[in-house]
Amino acid sequence: MKPGGAELKWIDYSSPETLAEALSLLNEHQKDAGILAGGTDLIVKMRADRINPGQIIDIKSIPELNQVNINSNNDLTIGSAIPCYKIYNNDDIMNLRPELKDSASIIGGTQIQGRASFGGNICNAAPSADSVPLLISLGATCNVQSVNGERTIALEDLFSGPGQTVLEPNELLISITIPKKSDLSGANYIRFIPRNEMDIAVVGTGVSVTLSSNKKNFESVRVSLASVGPTPIFVDGIDKEVSGQEINDESIRVVSNMAKNASKPISDMRGTAEFRQHLCEVLTRRALITAIERAKEA
Amino acid sequence: MATVKKDYKVIGSRPVRHDGVDKVTGKAIYSADFSISDLLHGKVLRSPIAHGIIKKIDTSKAEKLPGVRAIVTSKDFIGSSDKNIETAEDRNEGETTRLKYLRDNVLASDKLLYIGQPVAAVAATSSHIAEEAISLIELEYETLEPVLNTTQGLSSKSIIHQELETKELGTKVPGKTNLAEHIQHKLGDPEEAFKHAEIIVERELTTETVHQGYIEPHAATASWSKDGRITVWCSTQGAFPARDTTADILGVPISQVKVVPLEIGGGFGGKIPVYLEPVAALLSRASGHPVKLVMSRKEVFECTGPTPGTLMRVKIGADKSGKFIAAQAHLEFEAGAFPGSPVAAGSYCVFAAYDIPNVLIDGYDVIVNKAKTAAYRAPGATMAAFATETVIDEVAEKLQMDPAEIRLINTAKKGTRRADGPVYPTIGCEEVIKTIKDSEHYNSPITEPHVGRGIAIGYWFNVGLESACTISLSKNGTINLVEGSTDIGGTRTSIAMQAAEVLGLLPEDVIPSVVDTDSIGFTSVTGGSRTTYATGWAAYEAAIDVKNQMISKVAGIWSIDADNVEFEDGVFFSKQDTELKMTFKELAAKSGAPIVGRGSVSKGGMGAGGGSFAGAICDVKIDPETGKTTVLRFTCVQDAGKAIYPSFVEGQMQGGSVQGIGWALNEEYFMTDDGRMTNSSLLDYRMPTSLDLPMIDTIIVEVPSDGHPYGVRGVGEANIVSPPAAVANAIYNATGVRQSSLPMNPASITKGIQDHRSDILNSMNC
Amino acid sequence: MTQSKTYVRCTINGEDTEFLCEPRQSLLECLRDVLRLTGTKEGCNDGNCGACTIMLDDRIVTSCLVLGVEVNGKTITTIEGMASPEGLHPVQQAFLEEAALQCGICTPGFLIASKALLDTNPNPTEEEIRFWLANNLCRCTGYDKIVRAVVKAGEKIREG
Repeated sequence: MKPGGAELKWIDYSSPETLAEALSLLNEHQKDAGILAGGTDLIVKMRADRINPGQIIDIKSIPELNQVNINSNNDLTIGSAIPCYKIYNNDDIMNLRPELKDSASIIGGTQIQGRASFGGNICNAAPSADSVPLLISLGATCNVQSVNGERTIALEDLFSGPGQTVLEPNELLISITIPKKSDLSGANYIRFIPRNEMDIAVVGTGVSVTLSSNKKNFESVRVSLASVGPTPIFVDGIDKEVSGQEINDESIRVVSNMAKNASKPISDMRGTAEFRQHLCEVLTRRALITAIERAKEA
Repeated sequence: MATVKKDYKVIGSRPVRHDGVDKVTGKAIYSADFSISDLLHGKVLRSPIAHGIIKKIDTSKAEKLPGVRAIVTSKDFIGSSDKNIETAEDRNEGETTRLKYLRDNVLASDKLLYIGQPVAAVAATSSHIAEEAISLIELEYETLEPVLNTTQGLSSKSIIHQELETKELGTKVPGKTNLAEHIQHKLGDPEEAFKHAEIIVERELTTETVHQGYIEPHAATASWSKDGRITVWCSTQGAFPARDTTADILGVPISQVKVVPLEIGGGFGGKIPVYLEPVAALLSRASGHPVKLVMSRKEVFECTGPTPGTLMRVKIGADKSGKFIAAQAHLEFEAGAFPGSPVAAGSYCVFAAYDIPNVLIDGYDVIVNKAKTAAYRAPGATMAAFATETVIDEVAEKLQMDPAEIRLINTAKKGTRRADGPVYPTIGCEEVIKTIKDSEHYNSPITEPHVGRGIAIGYWFNVGLESACTISLSKNGTINLVEGSTDIGGTRTSIAMQAAEVLGLLPEDVIPSVVDTDSIGFTSVTGGSRTTYATGWAAYEAAIDVKNQMISKVAGIWSIDADNVEFEDGVFFSKQDTELKMTFKELAAKSGAPIVGRGSVSKGGMGAGGGSFAGAICDVKIDPETGKTTVLRFTCVQDAGKAIYPSFVEGQMQGGSVQGIGWALNEEYFMTDDGRMTNSSLLDYRMPTSLDLPMIDTIIVEVPSDGHPYGVRGVGEANIVSPPAAVANAIYNATGVRQSSLPMNPASITKGIQDHRSDILNSMNC
Repeated sequence: MTQSKTYVRCTINGEDTEFLCEPRQSLLECLRDVLRLTGTKEGCNDGNCGACTIMLDDRIVTSCLVLGVEVNGKTITTIEGMASPEGLHPVQQAFLEEAALQCGICTPGFLIASKALLDTNPNPTEEEIRFWLANNLCRCTGYDKIVRAVVKAGEKIREG
């Protein structure tokens, strides 16, 4: 076996200062390129010999990838290279979308949050990615560019397998857009881990909910799950079941059971399939209850 | 409760440790920090399979890589491996070890015995090049069926060491087997006694492999000089045992090897064996340069000795009053790839806290295709206590007795004979149990749902062994204390304080140095809770020697008989002539032959000072839906004999407790069916973080040990023994479901509740 | 492209510093092997133990997951830069007085992380301390005395 966790193979390094330069480099190197934002997944995977990019493209100096933008419609766009701590320390983001702290403050620990970005967490495409379920539940979209142009991809459509996305080798994730927050809406992300920090989600659940004007009925519920399938899972069809329904133990249980049934977990060292399915129900129920409380306060 | 003399000036105080400033400013040099001119960097090729036969090791491609300076395999060892030698550890146990086993654990010769076993090593001009070279070495092998637990080991036809003879109750029995040893201890007539028990509880329990988890990976630098002298710089728990084992493995006299101990970033038993030192030495001889080897975290997990997985059956019979009348234990421990699990120690400790007249203990040391186990803080005792202390809790429950009360009426005392032979001198078991029973924590109410409290008692026998110290008096009245015990947690200071007390000095008047093996007498490991006890004792004797030499000197100055000189409160004075007085500092300044005191002790193997008892009180809260355990409150009680430096005694208690909590809840090696560890990172191994714990309360009990000048008992280990059992008993009291396997992770707790206590979930309306 | 080293210029512990490194060398390797600042420790090399924690501009990071070439133009503080000529930083002093270290290998990382916390929040709760320090593993102390030391250092800092 290799000594593991040890030495990196030879790499070349570039730190482009413009998006055009970065896209051109990426186009040149294609699959041999490794995109470096915080490096908290990239460098770990390189050390473990799971990937071996020859050309590292450091995207931290590119303005477009480091901007936070709230447009007149109150859509929030977060640059893909912004580290987690700058998300939860940003008053504009926290005023608009305080729930983003649920995930941004639990990705790794304090030091990891100094580097790790939502963009990296998304493009790493781990089924356990903590930032993803909440963003999916909020209807986030990915703004992607290459030398050939740009496109927008719904976040739930980005993933094609463990560690795999539908991005072309020359495409770069520029930013993530979260559509404007509806009135009477709330969201929450929780995960289950054996420790209290520094752990990979055994199961994670992101829930966003919009209530009827009397706050007694569901208008819309979106649920997304981490670590219970080859990709993050968007639980389809919940609105059809509960939209317009009164909020009570039973309707909440309908949602949490749909999440459980949508899960397709495997057994590994982080949890058995049976335990994960069980947790899907528990966590979805708990996250939904919190999201409802937040919506009522909104 | 017994108390000790209270009028010490230094002992019992809390000075700033001598090495403290270096360690908070980044100046202290640990093993990986060491550098020397002309240094090469090495890497190790390791076995990719758990069991197989080496067919060929082809290094030719690797040799051609620019920057590669040497490649070694087991063929580079000097002389035959087919002999038995007496290691430093063996010396205390009257054993010998096959040299081939020691060598094969640092460089495999004929077979591959575990994933991660070293096969070859490279020295190159950079670690990056060395790693590239490793990937160019071609290893051909034939795969054999791996043996991965004791059940497989005892039943499998796959034999790991063809020549192994089982040591059956002390006698070697030939036969193809993976059973290295069967030990048995018997007291009274347990079979008959069980017939008379009012109640018998018998349970089977298992534990998984866990690692010591020190934060500093192993590292060693070696230089093999042209004159044959070998110098090794490393972090080790014992420079002398490391020297001796390195010399044994290399096939050179110990006088040819010097080990220079650097600062050590944790060990907990895991830095007693040598792994890299002989390999670095071989690479140095082959390359003509000093060579440094540093392990990665993955290598630390997969290739160094953890403490083993176990399978245990414990049976206890009690009469109506709760008195234990018979006990039986069956202990199967994984040895790893070579003989030597801690099952013997486990068998000493399994019922050590109790006075039980009829006992039968069987222990089995089983070879498996995993890394050779190493000592881990009270080796073997923690697993054994998990079994015994959960069974005792069940006995207490069935008899409707208080868990502390049943332990108290069965407590071991001075004069109690243990099944393995020893009769206790003064011990503090009863005092520890009483302290728990009377504590505010134990008597505080529990009001919340899903909260439970558990207690448990643990024992570690401690060792004495050999230590040497010298003390040189300086003209300004300070002393230089030279010692051979590597300092892992403040022992420079706890040793210095014992010398300071004798000489009426302040701790800061003592300048302690931990030196290399050429510069002090043989000193055994920093392990077995022996350092403050035995090296402290040597320092005490060296200080007495200094005092006596100073008395002779001042008697000469005053022209009186030395018998007439007294020393008190830092002043020498004549018993007869009150005019004749001289302070320590004044006398130190007088010219004359330099005063050098020596202390040299040999304090026996196990049972030094009667060992130390410790107990834990633990409150947990369980989330019944997720099985997650939150430790709400934890108290550790331990008999320190006499706490020399209370802050460090508390620190040992807190650290041991938290390691025990980690072991209880999450820590384990996840292994595939082909013997590969899948969680060899600090992310997935899940040691406790600061956020997983409450403050850890400590209560130091002081029942002085017989013999030691200050009554010290080593406190490094007994504190880890009871926590897993205390947590298990707390989880039972919170959920009503007994856990029989460590770790008690969320999935198993959830399953227990779903299977046995669905009423809890129903009452939560979920 | 030929395999050549890269020139990096940054500020380390207040000093203008230049060094050459291979792009594959982590900042931790550069600090320890190139600049011989060995106070920053390696415990895992994958960001999970915190022993290599340093201050990079305004934020603590694990230097094993930063490439040396990334720090061009940046400001770094390591354990070697914590004490002033006048003496130890209050957090270093508190660690000594509270016996918050045993083996000491994790201590530089804990000190850098603790100082960063107290710089922005000199009066943290126990929970805030435990959360902030969860990226730093200590195997010796059980964290009790570390938490106490951070509280005490905070008191000292607030007293000025």
